[in-house]
Amino acid sequence: MLSHFIEEEGLPTTGISLIRPHTEVIKPPRALWVAFELGRPMGPPNNAAFQKRVMMSLLRLLEAPSGPLLEDFPDDEPESSDELTVLACPENFYQAATETMETDLLESAFRQEINALRPWYDMAVAKRKRTTVGVSGIDIEALWHFIYTFVVGKEPENPRKDLSLAYMLKFAVEDLKSYYIEGITAEPSQEGVSSQVLQDWFWDETKAGQVLLELKKVCEASPDKMMNMIGGHFIVPGEVARRKVE
Amino acid sequence: MRLEKVSEAERKMLLSFKCPSFETQPWVSGPPLNQRRVAIITTAGLHGRQDRPFQMDPDDFYRVIPGDVQANGLVMSHLAASFDRTGFYRDWNVVFPLDRLRELVSEGVIGSLADFHYSYNSVRAQPNAPEPIREIASLLKKDSVNAVLLFPV
Repeated sequence: MLSHFIEEEGLPTTGISLIRPHTEVIKPPRALWVAFELGRPMGPPNNAAFQKRVMMSLLRLLEAPSGPLLEDFPDDEPESSDELTVLACPENFYQAATETMETDLLESAFRQEINALRPWYDMAVAKRKRTTVGVSGIDIEALWHFIYTFVVGKEPENPRKDLSLAYMLKFAVEDLKSYYIEGITAEPSQEGVSSQVLQDWFWDETKAGQVLLELKKVCEASPDKMMNMIGGHFIVPGEVARRKVE
Repeated sequence: MRLEKVSEAERKMLLSFKCPSFETQPWVSGPPLNQRRVAIITTAGLHGRQDRPFQMDPDDFYRVIPGDVQANGLVMSHLAASFDRTGFYRDWNVVFPLDRLRELVSEGVIGSLADFHYSYNSVRAQPNAPEPIREIASLLKKDSVNAVLLFPV
């Protein structure tokens, strides 16, 4: 779609296709279908050689004499040797994880968990010289409180004037997820863990996951339409939400 | 992605998206790769750390990413929860492969990189409006770009 309009304006385009049936309908001038999961148009993280092959396949489409072209990149993401790594968590992560935990116990366990991850998050930032935490602008120390206030049915003060509380909540949730995954993947030999293992860990084994599942229910029951939408679609991935309901 | 690898419910949801089709088939050719000036457009909702996050505002379409951006300068405010972000958390090139392109410039495979790249959020109120896309195209032309690479999430 994008490429159609840009090409109409006189600029050559080439793009990654993630969902092949969509590309077959849109028929952009040049597209390279890849087998990688949504969110990874260039494939695996920290694999420059593999990414370079994807990039060269994408660029070579620009040299074709005519189109439209829809080529398939031949390879799946390489299997990681760390696929089956059981993510190691600090001991207090394993404190009684019952579905019916009192909210104040969940709150303190959530705080403890965030604190326990902090050395690994700090390590991650030092090692990668970057962090994706920071969209909400809320300090890491204050994130848990901001998010948990919604869980107990209250509204925290909005620290920003340019975003509604519903958007602030969404971005705080994404900052929280970034914090957890950046941290846990900085632990020894966990840099290459698959997205599925990380997702299962976050939603099935962490207090943060439990808090966000509670938060989804609270948002869905809110009289605020934007909160409903954020809670309904944008906090818990659809696959996880369906699995947890079934 | 491999649709056969996701659940039936997810597959149905993905295939239910309405995609536009076009009667015309524009095609623009260009010089050899080593004379190309390359820009990225991503729909991943990336922007500078200090930029305004994306919201579902049809009048607020894109963010500009300067060509000299470093990895720590970009964050993601895409609304969707369903696509993988764990790759991007570990390596920005998964979504925004500027390091790969910089290497290809230094190897002489491509000519140069644009002064500016562009990003928007694919969750929006008016997904098919061409006007803002044409605006980006005119900005890319002013930047002498002759190869536009598109990266969805």
